[in-house]
Amino acid sequence: MGMTLTEKILARHAGRKGIAPGELILAKIDLALGNDVTSPIAIQAFRSLGGAAVFDRERIALVPDHFAPNKDIKSAEQVKMMREFAKEFGIANYFEVGRMGIEHVLLPDEGLVVPGDLVIGADSHTCTYGALCAFSTGVGSTDLAAAMFSGEVWLKVPETLRIVLSGRPAKWVEGKDVILHIIGEIGVDGALYKAMEYAGDGIAHLSMAWRFTMANMAIEAGAKNGIFPFDAATKAYSDGRAKRKYEVVTADPDARYAEEIPVDLSTLEPMVAFPHLPENTRPLSKVGNVRIDQVVVGSCTNGRIEDLRSAAAVIRGRKVHDGVRMLIFPATQEIYLQAMREGLMEAFVTAGAAFSTPTCGPCLGGHMGILAAGERAISTTNRNFVGRMGHPESEVYLSNPAVAAASAVLGRIGGPDELG
Amino acid sequence: MSSDSEALRGKAWKYGDDVDTDVIIPARYLNSSDPAELARHCMEDIDATFASKVGPGDFIVAGKNFGCGSSREHAPIAIKASGASAVIARSFARIFYRNAFNMGLPIFEAPDAVDEIEAGDRLSVDMEQGSLRNETKEKEYRFTPIPPFMRELVSAGGLLNYIAKKKKEA
Repeated sequence: MGMTLTEKILARHAGRKGIAPGELILAKIDLALGNDVTSPIAIQAFRSLGGAAVFDRERIALVPDHFAPNKDIKSAEQVKMMREFAKEFGIANYFEVGRMGIEHVLLPDEGLVVPGDLVIGADSHTCTYGALCAFSTGVGSTDLAAAMFSGEVWLKVPETLRIVLSGRPAKWVEGKDVILHIIGEIGVDGALYKAMEYAGDGIAHLSMAWRFTMANMAIEAGAKNGIFPFDAATKAYSDGRAKRKYEVVTADPDARYAEEIPVDLSTLEPMVAFPHLPENTRPLSKVGNVRIDQVVVGSCTNGRIEDLRSAAAVIRGRKVHDGVRMLIFPATQEIYLQAMREGLMEAFVTAGAAFSTPTCGPCLGGHMGILAAGERAISTTNRNFVGRMGHPESEVYLSNPAVAAASAVLGRIGGPDELG
Repeated sequence: MSSDSEALRGKAWKYGDDVDTDVIIPARYLNSSDPAELARHCMEDIDATFASKVGPGDFIVAGKNFGCGSSREHAPIAIKASGASAVIARSFARIFYRNAFNMGLPIFEAPDAVDEIEAGDRLSVDMEQGSLRNETKEKEYRFTPIPPFMRELVSAGGLLNYIAKKKKEA
């Protein structure tokens, strides 16, 4: 019987020829990831196992990005524990402040995740790497500890939803809008326990940055993973970057899908997700008058150079509205440098925005832009849950970088076309 | 794990759909992984009374997609350390489901029961029998049996012990 992309990658890593949804498998991993929030619990668990060595010191990545640069003493202690563990066990891929970035942008950009991989990470947005035609999924700290020890993970083979993209997106419609539209259609548990596999000729119009954004938010529909087929764009991104030899996997023509969801990209508008769930989406034209206090551009969802270019193109030569704070977070040091070289940083700072070192920062209400009671932000991040960016009575609206930048100028949620 | 064969008993704390990990344990407290400290802030952003009033053995009862959002294991840790004995929901987000079993926090999918349970109802759960009794309303329900592999994890005492045991046998 034919296999989907996810089934094929899982089968290969479990040493199996065939595999079917619902089966429990023990699979070998290519990379395991932890951050400064999840690694401390994993490290304690690893030590409690009496682990004398990790399964492979090249195949573990530890990235302090959530509360780093350390926001307080407790965070400093957590990162210290990671740093010492990395040193003791010779972990090759520990990324210190100044060389680090937001994990899900950093690892693929560094070529540490490659097409065909099976990756687990103690972070829910580990599903981002599906953009590379890899299987990747978020797990907890105990799973990470076990994986660091054994190099394996138990997984239930998910059913696959096939999302067929057609048409070309209109101006100002980006990957973020496509995934927000899909989540709005199927709901925050619309893909619960399932794989979301993209197909169709519309994919050719999606840049790698947009695919990363879309795979990144698969978890916001409850999915186990999101995955794109390998094509010329994947090859162009991976060649010269991949640190390991990669394998091109294709879905079988007779693969079985739980459901097929068609999306015509040409009919989409920029989308905004209203509080307090990513499924509360409205097209930009139906947003109404929503005054804002803060704008955030960044995160593992939208902190790539393409995202900063999109926001900078809107903000260049304009000013951030008097009543608004605008915060920019390039996702990695490389992106930071690139933004500097291209003059994006200057465009933001001249407009009156703050430009930060890479960090997850306010996305999860950690630091660097926390909201007070009653305050409202539009953000290119991934979640708008109650209290996500600060006070439980604050509000977060999700959008693409161009809409976020236009809103910064307008002082209310709006699109670039309103700027004249 | 001893709780596998024990009957659980306590009162219901009722919540709605899509209870996310940010309200189970807000990120502002994730600079610690101390269970007692996490428990003090459990459910804080949707129910400020939960952490101080929850009694030993009590149940969190919720709608669909409980535990959606982050992979933070701090969420099941906080619930377990709060004294609650289990979570009963219409459905669970997948990472939370994994984490709960890996941590030894029992969770059950029981949609019919969830619909009829009200806050404060006295409940008892027999995990071996797969039954849930609402003592206040004098009604009994069956819940979705836990898959055999998950039972194996639980009987080994969680994922870490399971792995250690396998390593020893190898």
